[in-house]
Amino acid sequence: MKNLLGIYTIWYRDLLRFWHDKMRMVSSVVFPLLFLFVFGSGLSARMGLLGPGINFSQFMFPGIIGMTVLMSSFASGVSIVWDREFGFLKEVLVAPVSRATVATGKAFGGATVALIQGTLTLAFSPLIGVSLTPLKILQLLPLMLLLATAMASMGILLATRIRSMEAFQAVMQMLMFPMTFLSGVFFPLQGLPAWMDFLTKINPATYGIAPIREVMLGTLPGSPFAVTLFGHVMTLWENIGVMAGFGAIMLVLAMWSFSHQE
Amino acid sequence: MSKDIIQVENLVKKFGALAAVDDISFTIAPGEIFGFLGPNGAGKTTTINILCTLARPTSGKATVNGFDVVHQQGMVRQSIGLVFQDPSLDERLSGLQNLRFHALVYNIPRSVREKRIEEMLQMVELWDKRHNEVRTYSGGMKRRLELARGLLHSPKVLFLDEPTLGLDPQTRQRIWEYILDLRQRKGTTVFLTTHYMDEAEKADRIAIIDHGKLVAIDTPAGLKRLVGKDIVSLKTDDNVRAGEELKGRYQIESRRDGDGLVFEVASGEEFLPIFIKEFGTRILSVNLRRPSLDTVFLKLTGRDIREEEVTDVLKAMVRQHGRRTRR
Repeated sequence: MKNLLGIYTIWYRDLLRFWHDKMRMVSSVVFPLLFLFVFGSGLSARMGLLGPGINFSQFMFPGIIGMTVLMSSFASGVSIVWDREFGFLKEVLVAPVSRATVATGKAFGGATVALIQGTLTLAFSPLIGVSLTPLKILQLLPLMLLLATAMASMGILLATRIRSMEAFQAVMQMLMFPMTFLSGVFFPLQGLPAWMDFLTKINPATYGIAPIREVMLGTLPGSPFAVTLFGHVMTLWENIGVMAGFGAIMLVLAMWSFSHQE
Repeated sequence: MSKDIIQVENLVKKFGALAAVDDISFTIAPGEIFGFLGPNGAGKTTTINILCTLARPTSGKATVNGFDVVHQQGMVRQSIGLVFQDPSLDERLSGLQNLRFHALVYNIPRSVREKRIEEMLQMVELWDKRHNEVRTYSGGMKRRLELARGLLHSPKVLFLDEPTLGLDPQTRQRIWEYILDLRQRKGTTVFLTTHYMDEAEKADRIAIIDHGKLVAIDTPAGLKRLVGKDIVSLKTDDNVRAGEELKGRYQIESRRDGDGLVFEVASGEEFLPIFIKEFGTRILSVNLRRPSLDTVFLKLTGRDIREEEVTDVLKAMVRQHGRRTRR
């Protein structure tokens, strides 16, 4: 009970800070739109259809949603580095709640903020020509939350080990951009060179983006957007399983690492 | 012995080969104001960090409010309040929100939560500013808010690590009023580090740490007695006769100083009343000077505490500046 209250408090503070920071809310939506409209408009005509009745913008849209969630949640680790720099982390560390509780609250706080940003971005679906039913949105929410929690945990794990803001941002970008580019956000994962194919398959984000796209664009038998692992076409639930496994490992590592720092 | 609120036994903390805290032991009684002094890097902050569970000791044992700082961290944390040397507020939240956060993580029951918060904010005179974001607060206001926060969950022990560093005299005095008042009303134990000797004087007992070892622990008066006697300056009708009388009656050697005499006694305030009553030579004026804590500090650590203070204020300013430019 006490731990739940602790998780809630840490989570609530992250949301409160996000709410105070209106600029962050706006910019978090503007950035993905830039990708969507600049790339989408520039390339859609040239690329033709990537699937049955799906042009490049429509293909990219779920990927951009995933990217928004991924980047925002991963970056939530910054807040720990920030708190350390500005002293607030001490207040949290001497509080009578366990470190694992703090790490969990942080992970869900960052994930929730990312989920809000992803959901806000969903509002642009009519402009892209992707139709979303309430049922689809209901299915998308847990998928986004799963990706967000996993990535937020990874960000926190990183933040417990990297003390300086500059170093954290450098390392984060070094990981975040390859993870985003090699996860099928911008192009289908078929017919890639072998080295690239390998990288996309070991990239956990791939398994977070694929189900979002599958739900949003409809499940097609033998979809050209599916992830194929060892010749096996991954189903929705298999993708979710990989993502959940990765997320669980990251969360446990983040909790452990947060507890074993001085 | 088990009545002591803080017990430290043979505490050691090593960073590699360096012993930041080297086998120290002391106890603090409930309600005591305990001053912990020492030059920079002497082991003050490391000791505090161990006592408030932010660092683990290499060896030795420490308990706070009867709870072990390694094995009962949660109970220790619930028992203590802290005001750190560096600010530890969430500047993006309001003063009220900072206290609400604290109330929640310290599990203050819902029924008294808002009342306690108001009481604390009123005490430090920040109630009117409660909705303002903390980053708009002045340095003194921030420190007062931290004090309010540290006291919100009614801790048994309040740790104050340089609570008034870099603050103006009025604010310093105000903060001390709160602290002394609190001790009076609630019997809160205060564990204090400071570079201001006038603040250290307010402590019931002072420990001085240098190179990780305790070099002295006593009352302020006791410490002063350690380094030297009180100095009495005396002017009389007849200084020669006075000098002889001092030697004859009290076995005290005096020396000429201008148009008067100077001599040392162990405890001047007890000596003088009797002396004035029974001294045969007519006294024109008498003046008692006592060794200051500065002298004590200098003698025991070989360093002047005021130099330390200046470097610390500078450091604090550089930090503040760095933060501002970064934003």
